Amino acid sequence: MVSENSDATGGDQTALALKILVAGGFGVGKTTLVGAVSEIRPLRTEELLSEAGRPVDDTDGVGQKITTTVAMDFGRITIRSGLSLYLFGTPGQDRFWFLWDELSTGALGAVVLADTRRLEDCFPAVDYFEHRRIPFVVAVNCFPDARTYGAPDVSHALDLDPGTPVVLCDARDRDSGKEVLIRLVEYAGRVHTARLLESVS
Amino acid sequence: MTEDAPGTPSRPGSQWYDLEAGPLVRPYAVTGGRTQAGPPGTRFDLIALVALDRTAPETDEDDSLGPEHLTLVELCRAETLSVAELAAGTGLPVGVVRVLLGDLLERGRVIVRRPVPPAHLPDERILREVIEGLRAL
Repeated sequence: MVSENSDATGGDQTALALKILVAGGFGVGKTTLVGAVSEIRPLRTEELLSEAGRPVDDTDGVGQKITTTVAMDFGRITIRSGLSLYLFGTPGQDRFWFLWDELSTGALGAVVLADTRRLEDCFPAVDYFEHRRIPFVVAVNCFPDARTYGAPDVSHALDLDPGTPVVLCDARDRDSGKEVLIRLVEYAGRVHTARLLESVS
Repeated sequence: MTEDAPGTPSRPGSQWYDLEAGPLVRPYAVTGGRTQAGPPGTRFDLIALVALDRTAPETDEDDSLGPEHLTLVELCRAETLSVAELAAGTGLPVGVVRVLLGDLLERGRVIVRRPVPPAHLPDERILREVIEGLRAL
């Protein structure tokens, strides 16, 4: 359990950590995305779905996924010594929403993962971040057997505020995941600058 | 498994609560039943970073500390870790880890660096650094 290669030196008093959330419906690939870009194996608490749980967690169209994240899983990207990015997968089921407020406090922004076969699954996440004015991008996880839609279609279907980026991605792919994060950080920076200007004018 | 029409999310859900809540109760035994962390008003964020206070005298004879406290100290000795990582590393719920960290903070064993407050995103320079760092991964 004691973790990983520790190249960073401990005790850095100026260390800065940033938090990014990865949200979206059940089985959409949140843990996959976190794992693809993280330098450590995602640390997670997962509960295997039992027969009792299966009717509750509708896995139609989600293929062979047999576990679901019931607490939270997270990964880390060290930008440099003293600057790390933490990625938290949010619990995918409504009954764990109480964890969201804690997770979203102080977050730099969020990635809402969407599956075009079950687009409605990400409505709650979109709603949540819009209401709390947390910058987010929608990342459409392009499952091989799903019809492909363009970003504008998805943006329209989700009724996103103009300017909210929509990125097509493959959550399993590191480069693709990196691109999603880059788009988010760029967007979060723009949103933040705009708010600053708003507040001084 | 396929009887469900799309868009019927009304889920009872409660039958899982006992299963999941069960293990959450017992770990608080290691905190002596306490659920509040450290000095009043202390709230360790999941990404608050915890480092050993290296100026503190190494007194491992502090018998008010339990084995879980010492595990946390050992984890922090290797590298600065977030509260979330410490929870994963000890296998304890985050709530328990917060209480134990509060004890260590009160004894001056650790330094806790809080994350950037919500209203203040890090400045543009840092964001640019993050973007460049991500590109370079």
